[in-house]
Parts: sequence; structure tokens; C-alpha cells
Amino acid sequence: MQRAAALVRRRCCLRTPGSWGRSQSSAAAEASAVLKVRPERSPRERILTLESMNPQVKAVEYAVRGPIVLKAGEIELELQRGIKKPFTEVIRANIGDAQAMGQQPITFLRQVMALCTYPNLLDSPSFPEDAKKRARRILQACGGNSLGSYSASQGVNCIREDVATYITRRDGGVPADPDNIYLTTGASDGISTILKILVSGGGKSRTGVMIPIPQYPLYSAVISELDAIQVNYYLDEDNCWALNVNELRRAVQEAKNHCDPKVLCIINPGNPTGQVQSRKCIEDVIHFAWEEKLFLLADEVYQDNVYSPDCRFHSFKKVLYEMGPEYSSNVELASFHSTSKGYMGECGYRGGYMEVINLHPEIKGQLVKLLSVRLCPPVSGQAAMDIVVNPPVPGEESFEQFSREKESVLGNLAKKAKLTEDLFNQVPGIHCNPLQGAMYAFPRIFIPTKAVEAAQAHKMAPDMFYCMKLLEETGICVVPGSGFGQSKGTYHFRMTILPPVEKLKTVLQKVKDFHIKFLEKYA
Amino acid sequence: MALKAGDQSQAAMNGLRDKVLTVDTMNQCVRRVEYAVRGPIVIRALELEQELRQGVKKPFTEVIRANIGDAQAMGQKPITFMRQVLALCVNPELLSSPHFPEDAKRRAERILQACGGHSLGAYSISSGIQLIREDVARYIERRDGGIPSDPTNIFLSTGASDAIVTVLKLLVAGEGRTRTGVLIPIPQYPLYSATIAELDAAQVNYYLDEERAWALDVLELGRALRQARERCRPRALCVINPGNPTGQVQTRECIEAVIRFAFEERLFLLADEVYQDNVYAEGSQFHSFKKVLTEMGPPYATQQELASFHSTSKGYMGECGFRGGYVEVVNMDPEVQQQLQKLMSVRLCPPVPGQALLDTVVSPPAPSDPSFAQFQAEKQAVLADLAAKAKLAERIFNETPGICCNPVQGAMYSFPRVELPQRAVQRAQELGLAPDMFFCMRLLEETGICVVPGSGFGQREGTYHFRMTILPPMEKLRQLLEKLSQFHARFTLEYS
Repeated sequence: MQRAAALVRRRCCLRTPGSWGRSQSSAAAEASAVLKVRPERSPRERILTLESMNPQVKAVEYAVRGPIVLKAGEIELELQRGIKKPFTEVIRANIGDAQAMGQQPITFLRQVMALCTYPNLLDSPSFPEDAKKRARRILQACGGNSLGSYSASQGVNCIREDVATYITRRDGGVPADPDNIYLTTGASDGISTILKILVSGGGKSRTGVMIPIPQYPLYSAVISELDAIQVNYYLDEDNCWALNVNELRRAVQEAKNHCDPKVLCIINPGNPTGQVQSRKCIEDVIHFAWEEKLFLLADEVYQDNVYSPDCRFHSFKKVLYEMGPEYSSNVELASFHSTSKGYMGECGYRGGYMEVINLHPEIKGQLVKLLSVRLCPPVSGQAAMDIVVNPPVPGEESFEQFSREKESVLGNLAKKAKLTEDLFNQVPGIHCNPLQGAMYAFPRIFIPTKAVEAAQAHKMAPDMFYCMKLLEETGICVVPGSGFGQSKGTYHFRMTILPPVEKLKTVLQKVKDFHIKFLEKYA
Repeated sequence: MALKAGDQSQAAMNGLRDKVLTVDTMNQCVRRVEYAVRGPIVIRALELEQELRQGVKKPFTEVIRANIGDAQAMGQKPITFMRQVLALCVNPELLSSPHFPEDAKRRAERILQACGGHSLGAYSISSGIQLIREDVARYIERRDGGIPSDPTNIFLSTGASDAIVTVLKLLVAGEGRTRTGVLIPIPQYPLYSATIAELDAAQVNYYLDEERAWALDVLELGRALRQARERCRPRALCVINPGNPTGQVQTRECIEAVIRFAFEERLFLLADEVYQDNVYAEGSQFHSFKKVLTEMGPPYATQQELASFHSTSKGYMGECGFRGGYVEVVNMDPEVQQQLQKLMSVRLCPPVPGQALLDTVVSPPAPSDPSFAQFQAEKQAVLADLAAKAKLAERIFNETPGICCNPVQGAMYSFPRVELPQRAVQRAQELGLAPDMFFCMRLLEETGICVVPGSGFGQREGTYHFRMTILPPMEKLRQLLEKLSQFHARFTLEYS
């Protein structure tokens, strides 16, 4: 080895510019020969190991695709290989992916996308005129009239304009400026980017980010990665997961002892909890943010998923504006939306946007600069978002079918939300808050002490233990509440309401049966 | 108790409360990030376009965006087969249309079968659709003369940029003198410097040799490394081959030397190979780092850590907007590989249409397929056109006094060196601009041609360059090159 190494070194030193000639290759051959003669030594330590890697990345957790989902994948492979199990399929009720569970895409949306993808189809009689009109408009706004060009880093201009028009309409005329709209690679991208810009300082002045508990674990993951400080505020389970400003106050006061709280994240409608905040609550939160000088992040990706007749979606932007200039001119706000949820379920397209309010102009410049390094969000996702914000209107050829499809999806989801809530509440030892919106049930489960001990023996969180057993015995994959956060001593799991109604009923029945058996086993 | 907001209406009218988020309170690493390809000169180009639209008179009628490697924006057509397959995936009703060839339909069906709910709208697993990863692995095997590729080592990504950032993220650790150092070529594609700045890693520059067609010199790697070890812990070596902005295609011997160097010096190798289909010069050939590594045998083949990147944005496809790409990792620690998967899972998955498009790139029509003839014709036309434009740019620049251009062996750019008179350099300094930025700004204002100054990519002190794409259509390119040369002559005269 030493000889080979010496040969290599010598060659490096002796090498004259451009002389990659025979002398090199014979030395190389000699070196290689020496190296090959020696039997393979035990591998030396790698450069990149768990110990040497980025510790912040190591700390990241994302339960929605975490250990239980990996286990579900393994079980699926076993089933494929013919291994016998107490069930014939794994039900992936862990992730908010509607189309994976059989929901159909909206016809009009896919027509416009197909026309944009392959513009030859603009000559085809099988596509309605209104779809063609939308496609032409999008293509004309693209470089080279193609989805294949990079767009501006902030997103295609006319799509941002359409988003602004949508927001203005949604918010009853409260104006939205296209310049404040940034198209993103799903909402996750926008959220992650804004948080990145916000995080600064060190030690006690390190940025603190307030997040709801339970939360969607993108937030904790990004906070970990950025080495920011996570500041938990607890939603009130006994009050339908209400957001209580006193709790916000408690959290921020406590946080000030060890960090610089600068950011307040709200998810409305909530994930995993499904609560839809009242207007009054939103006003209180805005006032709190104003008082405490917090940058507000409003994750509103489920704004089209409101089921409870007593609830309505109020955008943070609209409420802020309607609270008058002291708030609307001062509170810094970023609101997020996505093509992945709602009635569209276009998760795979990675479409999204954020609207920023009252950002310092220099910060907007910094934001575009940061986005520019990644060039642009996927243009097909931008096009999908355009159709979401600019759907068929009454009088247009596609309007009827579009409306029907949309109402059918939303009606179906509402039905499944109620079904799930009711069925869970019939099970002894399970309690489920009303599913006012979003796509998930987050029931609380009673786990007997003996089971908690068994979990501890397996070095698992008790609800992870429960969910693993559920998976192994029924094939149903849900995510333990510990992945989202919960009050100490309480246990939950998050299950989507997305499987088709009949399958959902079967799933709920199986969970019920499992739960009763589990209680008996660990009584 | 909190004051009611209405009590402060005067301040409200001014809206002048201190903001939470300012350039002083923001992430200072992000503040240091620069990305010249869409930097100040491009912002100015946008302003000029706006002015033209508003009818303001200019010495030109259009702004030519020769700053960015976006082929389709400059008129290159997408490959028909690829868009057919994708349209079929997007709107599966078209599977019953007589206007699509059978092979495109079969491809689309195959892809859709592998998607959740048989739809592009479902999330895929975070490393990408299994079937497509398998197809990528087969592509790599074919490309590398049979050297096996394992699909579990393939991670699909949102363009190559996404994967490059993710791998760099994993590597950055330590602090102060143990902070991770990343070796990057100068000149470089500024994604690297931007990411290094964002991650607060240590940038370690190694200079490509302009006198020898931008060759990569292992002695220079050694020099850079030795100096860097005094201030950081170098752990990664980035190579761009074919090069951006420089266009050089590394020889096999050079790649072997780099691999040996990386192994000896314990550096994780990042091989940015997005221009692997863009090789024009006779005598130049693309050799993948993976192939060379494997053929070098143990210990390199079995122990040298490598990540190789590819993309749908370049080549003959030019599908930048779809953000398709992948990384192949070789000899990565299995636990770190799990961490990679975990990190990707937070963002769920790369865009599925981009994944589908990538599949058609790695799995193009076979000679017996109905679409083969047209596919081949389109592909060859694009590549031949690029090769001709590469030659043209090189020639015209080299005919211009005060400009010299190394051979454009590959990629999509010319990166000529320009001589700038001393007085121009001084003027630039007075204005607080890099001299080549000053040159490029004046070029833009007088001709509408937008190129990126060499200072945005890095260059030896006292030398000046700019990067111009070779993507405009041939005739337009010719005019641009001539205008640019004429501008340079005028500029030189003005400041002599």
C-alpha cells in the first residue's frame, strides 16, 4: 500500500502540465497493480458518517413519513412476496394524499394541463374552448411559450396576477397585490423559505418560533434543521382544539427566558387537529402578534376543506385588513396555500403560493434572491395553481362539470369526516373532537398502564407502540400523536379520512375491534 | 393589559413601526448569498424589458436573455415523444385517442401504474417512483458500459440543484477551524457558492487553468487543500463536468487523478454531470465519475464516496421548467443514506411530472419503436445545432481583438476573457462595480444583450470574463456575437 501511495504521490508531484501521457498510465497501472495484489482491507472509516454529518439534519424528524411508514413499506413488500398476514393489504392512512386513495382529479384542471404540456392538442376537438383559452394564456406567459422554460423565480407573472385576483375575490374585495405573491414548490417550500430568512441570532437571542401542539411536523423539522428554537403553545383539546391567547402569552413569556421569539405559526384549518378557528380567535391572535412583535405565518392549505356547518374559513389576510390600519400596516404576515389539498388533491404537482404582507422591501429583495438560487418552482405546478385560482365560472362550458366534481369531492369528504368522528366516539377508550375541517381525525386514545410499560420496555412512545401493533395486526398505517406533539400523558393518532367511504367504514371498524382487544390485553 | 391598537392611530398612518424582519435581523448567512445568474444584471434586464413594453425608446428593440441556460426560452423545441408521454400521463383519457403513438401510450400506462392512485397527482415516495429509479439505474448501466447501478442508490430530485443542496447540507458540520470546507472550481456555477454561504460552510477555491482550456490540475487541488486546512476542515470536492461556465470536458486521466486525490485526501466527491449529453468538440468524450471510479478498482471503487448529479434541464431536452433530476450515491454510509431519505421526506417528494419526464429521458424510444425515428431526428438536430453554435461563438470571439475564448468543448456557454482598458477599470471602481459588471451593464444598456459578468462565477484576479449562452437561434446568435464584438471595440476606444 505504501508503495502504491508513494507512486501516486510521486506522480502528482512530477506531473508536468498537460503530460497525461504514457508515463502516467504506466505509473497508474503499477499503482493499481500493487493495490490489487493486497487483499481487500477492512474499509477505512467513511468521510460522511452519523458522527461527522450535519448534527442539525440528524435531529430532524418527520413522523408523517417516519418509522411507522417505513415499517408499513416493509410489510407491503412481505405481502407481495406472499407472506401470510392477518390482512391482505396495507392501508396508507398516514398521509394527506387524496388521489393515492382513489380521489379523482378535476377534469378541467387536467385538460388545461394536458393542453399546456402538449400544445398540439389545442387543435383537438376533444377539448373544450374554455380549457384551451386558459392553456393559451398560460403558455403565452411562459418563456418560449413552453412549460419547459424556467419562469421568473417569483413565478409566472400572469399566474401571480391570477392568484392576487383569487385572493381579492375570496376575501370579499380586500385587495391583493401580485407583487406580494410568490409561487412555490408546494406550500412546504414557501414555509421553509420564510422560516429560513427569519432565523438568526445566537444563544439567548436565537430566534424562537412558536408552533401549535399538536402541529404538522414540517415546522419542527425545519426548526431543527435551521437550529432555531421551538416554542410550543398547546391547543386546548377540551375545547375542540381551540387556540387560547392566554396560552400563547404563557408560551411567549416562558420563551423569552431562553430565546428571542419572533415568529408565530398558525395552521388554520388545523393539521392534525382539524379545527377551524373562529374569526374572534383570529383577531385575538393578530392582536397578540402585534403586541408581541411576532411575524405571523398562516398555513391555510386546507382553506377549501371546511365541513362543519357552524364553521367558516376566515383568512388571516382578510381579518388583518379589516382590523384597521394599525394592524394592517404593521403586522408582518405570510399566508400559504397549496394545490395538494382542497378538492384538487394535486399533491404530486408541488404547486403552492405564499402571500406576504408588510414585508420590508429589502426583505422582499432578499426573498427573491434566495428563491433565485433554485431558479423557479416547477412550472407545471404553477400552471395547476393557476387553474385552482381561476376555475370555470358560470356561463363557461366546463362550469357545470367542474362544479359537480368539486362539490362531489367536498361533500364526500364532509361525509367521511362526520362518519369518522361518530364512529370513533362510539369506541370505549377513544374520544375524537369534531372534525371541523382539513383531512384528518386525531382521536385521543386511552392506553392502559400495562401497555405504557410494554412500550417503554420496547423503547417506544406508547402511542407508537399502539400504532405499530395496529399496523401489524390490521395493516392500517396511521401516525402516532407523538409525531405531532400532544400534552404530556395523553396519546393520540392521526388517521386520514381519505379512503373511499366503504373502505373507510371497514377501516374504522377494524380500528375499533383492535382497540377493544388492545384494552383487554393490557387491562 | 394590552393597549387597544386604536390608541396609536398616528403611528399607524405612518406605518413606520420597526419591522420584525429587516436585513439586520434576518438570517445573516442568507444575506451573504449571491447568485449572479439571476442577479443584479438580470434585474436590470427586466427593468429594460418593462421600459420597452411601455414604449420607451432604446438603441435596441428587444432584450436578449443570454444569461441563463434555458434552451426552450430561446426557441428550442421540446422533444415530441417526451411531451406526448407526459400529456398522456396528465390526462389519461387521451390513451384512447388515435393521435398518439402506441409506444408513447405504453410508456404512459407504465408510469401511471407505478403512481399512487395511478395518478401524477399523488405524492410519490420521497426518493421518487420506484419504477423510475429502476429505469434511471438501467440508463446509468447502459451509459457506463454495463457497470451496475443500484436503484436504492438513486434519489430523484427537484432539478439537480435540489440534490446538490441536500448532499451539501448533510456534509456541513463543525465550527471555526473544524467547519466543513467545500472545494469548488473557479470559475464555478454559483449554486455552489450560494449554498456554501447559506450553510455557513467554508468555501475553498481551486482554479481551473485558463491557459490550458480550463484544465483541472491536481497540483492546484493540492495547493487549495493545503491552504484551506489552516482555516477549516475540507471534506468535499465539487467537480462540474462538462464545466459550467467554462465548457471544458475533462479527460479520463484527469478524472482518475481527481478520484485518487479525493481518496487520498479523504474528500467526498460531488460530480455535477448535468451537461453529460452536451459534448461537442471532436476528441472530447464524457466519462462519468461513477464509471471511472468503478474501473479503477478497489479501494477507490469500494470506498470512495461519490454523489453524481443529472437533470432534465440541459442535454437535448431543455426541460428546465419541469425541475426533473436525480443523484446517484456511491459508497455512502448506509445510515447516512437513511438520513438523506429522511431529509427528503420532509419535502415529501420531487414533482411527479418531472419524475415522469425524467423517465422518458433515461428510457427513450428504442430503435424498434414507432417514435424512434422522429425522436432521433429531433435529438440529433438539437445537439448538432448546439455544436455548431458552440463553434460559431468560439470563432467569432477569437476573431475579436481583446476577446479570447477557450474552446467550447461542451455545456451551453461561452466564457470568453475580455481585456478592459485601465480607465474602464478605474471607472468601474469609482462606481463600486466589478469591472466586468460595469462592462456587462454598459453592454446591456446599449445593445439589450444580457450576459453574466465573470465576477459572478469567479476568476483569477485581474482577469475579466462574461458568460453568454449559445442558445439563441443560429442567425440571432451570429448577430449577437457581432454586436457584442462591436460593442467591445467601442468600449475599448472610449476608455483608451
